[in-house]
Amino acid sequence: MADSQTTRKRAIDVVNASLKKRYAREARFRRVGLGAVILGLVFVSVLFLDIVGKGYTAFVQTHVELEVYLDPAIIDPQGTRDMQAIARANFRKIVREPLKELFPEVSGRRDKRALNKILSSGAPYQLLDMVRADPALIGQRVSVDLLVDDDIDMLVKGHIDRNAPPADRRVNDKVIGWVDRLDEQGLIKSKFNTGFFTNGDSREPELAGIGGAVAGSFYTLLVTLLLSFPIGVAAAVYLEEFAPKNRWTDLIEVNINNLAAVPSIVFGLLGLAMFINLFGLPRSAPLVGGLVLTLMTLPTIIIASRAALKSVPPSIREAALGVGASRMQTVFHHVVPLAMPGMLTGTIIGMAQALGETAPLLMIGMVAFIVDIPGGPMDPATVLPVQVYLWADSPERAFVERTSAAIIVLLGFLIAMNTIAVIMRRRFERRW
Amino acid sequence: MIKKTLVIAALSAATVSGAAHAAAARDYISIVGSSTVYPFATVVAEQFGRTTQFKTPKVESTGSGGGLKLFCAGVGVEHPDITNASRRIKKSEQELCAKNGVKDVIEVKVGYDGIVLGQSKATAPLSLTRKDIFLALAKKVPGSDGKLIDNPHQTWKDVNPALPATKIEVLGPPPTSGTRDAFVELAMEGGAKNFDDLKTLRGSKDEAEIKALMAKLGIPESAYNKKGKKVFQAVAHGIREDGAFIEAGENDNLIVQKLEANPAAVGIFGFSFLDQNADKIHGAIVDGKEPTFDNIAEGAYPVSRPLYFYAKKAHIGAVPGIKEYLAEFTADKAFGEEGYLTEKGLIPMPEAEREQFHYDATALTPMGAL
Repeated sequence: MADSQTTRKRAIDVVNASLKKRYAREARFRRVGLGAVILGLVFVSVLFLDIVGKGYTAFVQTHVELEVYLDPAIIDPQGTRDMQAIARANFRKIVREPLKELFPEVSGRRDKRALNKILSSGAPYQLLDMVRADPALIGQRVSVDLLVDDDIDMLVKGHIDRNAPPADRRVNDKVIGWVDRLDEQGLIKSKFNTGFFTNGDSREPELAGIGGAVAGSFYTLLVTLLLSFPIGVAAAVYLEEFAPKNRWTDLIEVNINNLAAVPSIVFGLLGLAMFINLFGLPRSAPLVGGLVLTLMTLPTIIIASRAALKSVPPSIREAALGVGASRMQTVFHHVVPLAMPGMLTGTIIGMAQALGETAPLLMIGMVAFIVDIPGGPMDPATVLPVQVYLWADSPERAFVERTSAAIIVLLGFLIAMNTIAVIMRRRFERRW
Repeated sequence: MIKKTLVIAALSAATVSGAAHAAAARDYISIVGSSTVYPFATVVAEQFGRTTQFKTPKVESTGSGGGLKLFCAGVGVEHPDITNASRRIKKSEQELCAKNGVKDVIEVKVGYDGIVLGQSKATAPLSLTRKDIFLALAKKVPGSDGKLIDNPHQTWKDVNPALPATKIEVLGPPPTSGTRDAFVELAMEGGAKNFDDLKTLRGSKDEAEIKALMAKLGIPESAYNKKGKKVFQAVAHGIREDGAFIEAGENDNLIVQKLEANPAAVGIFGFSFLDQNADKIHGAIVDGKEPTFDNIAEGAYPVSRPLYFYAKKAHIGAVPGIKEYLAEFTADKAFGEEGYLTEKGLIPMPEAEREQFHYDATALTPMGAL
């Protein structure tokens, strides 16, 4: 009796003595956990701040407002309004004329060249597009906001150090003087950069845009979605609801999980060997990209769909069978509709993964310089992350901000897709 | 479900018909090849698409070797029409082409590219010889007894007493890069030739002499090759792996950014990146010559290489615009002294050479066997 009392006492003593230590350990664990979360958040916010800090300037573009005379003698000397002939007209001369008038003192070949270089090489095409849209403008004097060269854009945005020795600057003192004079007259304008969203790729940063890459991503993902969703769901439904449980289905299950872990570049090699070399599909086409990404996202969709099907309680199936539904009816009238939100969430996450993928596309020729915006899944195209990769490797400084801006757009898409997935899960998820 | 089946059926039908269509015709030029020529080829492609009625060519950056492999795979619209290269086509590649039926190939030399050893503006530019570069970066260098030893040099001063006592730290491209190939060939080999034994080894084809030299240099016999040049190259091309040379990936912009952050480091990249970032970095002087536009154009700067592209004659007519693309690229307004490519950092060839290539390209003269 006395003996057991002392043991009991001792146990409490032991507990009391160690209590402080145990609390301390818990507090330590919490701090470490919190620290891990904070560290993660710090990294993410540094990344975001860096990208946004570098990239936000790309959403505005410097223009210079000039009054140009759309001289009919140059544009359309015959007066036929034939667009083919107009497209060949010397619009370069027309855009250069007002600069000459503003700076009449500039002489000498070298200086004239430097003066003309203030304008983007795309400026003449701006005029051409205007005339195309409205031929009545020919013969009029119009005030146009013309694109400036990327070096001038960088100067205005403050990315070129004015105090650096002149020989080391891309823009010399004379040009800086001219630009400042234009600025004093209020002719230098910063406008929202619509071209960035509508143009295809270009080697001139001021003309380059993500329009082509977004269209390419759209067609690629469309093919991926159209193929991977029905195939993935069908595979999941069969495996979960109809397939017998034996060694073969176990093997298949293990291999689907393996496939989910295969590096994406391997799917690219497979795509190259199968779709391009064997089936003779064209290189660089979103169709091939979509097929390759289908292979990559299938395991994700199958796994998510199976999990969704598994979470539908057996009582639903039993009840349906109990009132006389066939197995097919049970599955398609009751189980699949209940599992659909989970399947869709998995599909969206798979699509988001596919949107951010570059490595497999490297092998099938989608890492390419493509100016024309693709009009369908057979046209050559690139995708958004590839555009980021290509711009990051370009020497022109103005591409630094454009790279970051393209990343912002890509992250925007990804965040939107993931948010939709989260909302859907919240909304439609049922707990039994 | 039936709807879905229909969608799949429609899609596969579209795939098959599309494939048949793609095999029958392609209305844009397909260009592959070197990442060094890529910035120039893309500018020409864009100009070409703007100013002609043809579609803008598609330019892929696959590397010189990868590009030639695709190019030589055969004749037909599924194969590329043009490949860019930052080196000349090799004999083996020409044979591969011939084997696959690619017989008439038009060779066009585009111009030159200088390879620069860039440094941050915060430090004074190094003045190096190619011998210094070899001694600083080779995996094995001749020791005091003439035998090859693991590179012991830690600072630039160890290499050459005239240089500052800063740690050797060089950021360069990986072995898959054409820039790396050209760098080892031009700078490292050029430096290794300064050692008599290595130089004789390079020229030797005599078995006894090669073996004797190998013994003298302490090269294991297993490395024997009946061409002394091969043994020499194995020595000259070996870059140290002890941390002094850091492989910084193919992205030259990244190297430029790292140099800004670390003024003691030296980076290896193409001239166009120096040209675009001249306010932040400058190039080391090599063999007394600064890496300037004029020095490279005159051939005075030793570490520069020619750039090429190759076009398939059999595709002219089958794919529209190839002839006109060749004319655009070799026009004076493109690859000439004041052409738009020089603004992107291309170093033009002398006038006579340009005229020759323009003539050959427009007359569609195929190149001979190497």
